Amino acid sequence: MDGAAPALEVLPPRGTAAVAPVVELRSIGRTFGADPPVIALRDVTLALRHGASLAIVGPSGSGKSTLLNILGCLDRPSSGTYLFDGIDVGVLSDDQRAALRAHGIGFVFQTFNLLAHRTALENVMLSEVYRGVRPDGRAERAHEALERVGMGHRANFLPTRLSGGEQQRVAIARALMGDPALLLCDEPTGNLDSVNTESVLSLFDDLGDAGLTLVIVTHEEAVAHRARRRVHIIDGEMTEEQVE
Amino acid sequence: MSGSRRMLPRDLVSEAIGGLLARPARVALTVLGTVIGVGALVATLGLSKTAGNQIVGRFDALSATDVVVSPSARAGGARAAVLPWDAEPRLRRLNGVAAAGTLSDVDVRGALVRSVPINDPLAAGAIQLPMKAASPGLFRAVHARLATGRLFDAGHSRRADRVIVLGPNAARRLGITRIDQQPAVFVGDRLYAVIGLLSGVRRHASLLGAAIMPEGTARREFGLRAPALAQVETRIGAVELIVRQAPVALSPVDPGLLKVASPPDPRQLRGEVKNDLNALFLLLGGVSLLVGAIGIANVTLVSVLERVGEIGLRRALGAGRRHIAAQFLLESTAMGLAGGVMGASLGTLVIVGVSASKTWTPVLDPWVPLGAPALGALIGLISGTYPSLRAASLEPVEALRAGT
Repeated sequence: MDGAAPALEVLPPRGTAAVAPVVELRSIGRTFGADPPVIALRDVTLALRHGASLAIVGPSGSGKSTLLNILGCLDRPSSGTYLFDGIDVGVLSDDQRAALRAHGIGFVFQTFNLLAHRTALENVMLSEVYRGVRPDGRAERAHEALERVGMGHRANFLPTRLSGGEQQRVAIARALMGDPALLLCDEPTGNLDSVNTESVLSLFDDLGDAGLTLVIVTHEEAVAHRARRRVHIIDGEMTEEQVE
Repeated sequence: MSGSRRMLPRDLVSEAIGGLLARPARVALTVLGTVIGVGALVATLGLSKTAGNQIVGRFDALSATDVVVSPSARAGGARAAVLPWDAEPRLRRLNGVAAAGTLSDVDVRGALVRSVPINDPLAAGAIQLPMKAASPGLFRAVHARLATGRLFDAGHSRRADRVIVLGPNAARRLGITRIDQQPAVFVGDRLYAVIGLLSGVRRHASLLGAAIMPEGTARREFGLRAPALAQVETRIGAVELIVRQAPVALSPVDPGLLKVASPPDPRQLRGEVKNDLNALFLLLGGVSLLVGAIGIANVTLVSVLERVGEIGLRRALGAGRRHIAAQFLLESTAMGLAGGVMGASLGTLVIVGVSASKTWTPVLDPWVPLGAPALGALIGLISGTYPSLRAASLEPVEALRAGT
């Protein structure tokens, strides 16, 4: 558990890193459209060790969601290399990337994305469906995940009967259920009031302390300051804010 | 992290059923089209089978043993002299013939028929009466029933006796009701003894209004050249055999000069009745199925568009394109299957209901109620193909933007 994460590091020569970083981006670029192309990201280089927590800050349209989508293997970069846990994601097939998401990456969305017809517990259980895990004990594991975010007492509630903060906690439990190597959060507090925001952020603090690698996209400085590392993206260019 | 077996079949089924149960009313309405279509098909197949069974049961033994041989068009039509005078004995020698006889219209050249003059001002004068010539065996072959008197025999024919047998209508027109006074009629200026009166025939109803004379007589008196037709009554089930043998027996040199009219094969008749009935209802069932299929396709497509966010979420949770496609395909197939099961039940109930009201025995091929759900599932599968491919082709990033 390396507590103080290094700053935006110059890539070490190959073979020197004892443990491969969870995430390693090398000169990632992403352009959309054809004529004239929109450059969403240019030359982004970033490495995250296990247990790191990173906030990506920037105005809307700056490319921070594009970066998050690339980190989550939902989108492919136009140029550069992305290594996840030492694996070059660029050479993987669509299906292999889906498998990577199932086993290695958890997502938390601004709109929670819970299925309205299913209880909190069932929503969390959905996490295992695409992982090929036998259903035995799935409910128990989901319940544990809910306990971990302090929602064990609401397991059988439908999302419509939960507050925004509670819904987001359920969504976080869903993302945590498979012990992902990386948790990606896209404006996780964007739809929450200040009280709920605080409860979700303190949950993130706890998860970060427990060693989870966490990336949060936000445009709220208050949220960004809870992370150990902060990067700013403006017009597709990333700069790291020096902490301490 | 093996890609191929990531989703367990059990999870796939429960996700698909979960997707359907989330919108039960819509699913029920969607399935209705398939229910009606499959129900109509099952009911049609079952009812035509049931009705066909009834037709065979009621099939008339009389018409099932009826064979008529006459000159073919190639021989020159009905007037051609192809049938031999000994057609009756030749036919009776065939195994399977129960009775046989020949029958011809006699051209009396306009001669009028009148009964022996008596002083009855109300009695009809001379009338035109159809004149027929028959071989003796014909009476049995047409199931003629004698009211009074006797029929002529081979001897009358050989001697060309001037005797006549009257059909009941002809007798009434001539005012002849009894034989014991030895009535006679004039045909033109020749006198014929009436030896018998018929009360009915079951074939060749034209005999009811005709005067019938022996063939030998017609040959000598009116120049009859040959019998016009041969009527055969076969034993039950021998029709096909006689149809093949009769022309050869009667015209060995060129059987093609004769044509044979026989009742349609009962099996064929059943088939025809079935076809008439089926054509309409199968069309109805087919149209309903098409509408049902379009309904499923439509609703599945709408459901895909509504659930874009859910698809995005599932992709983020690690679903591959084929998992998404499989789920929607399974949902539409399950809808089709449910429609097929309900339609098969409905159709079977209709068959039983109709049969009960008509006191028929319901008959249904076992593969119909078993195949109907499979048909429904197939329709669901086909209908779901396009929407499923649409769902699978969604880019996860785009899909997630839609929210749930």
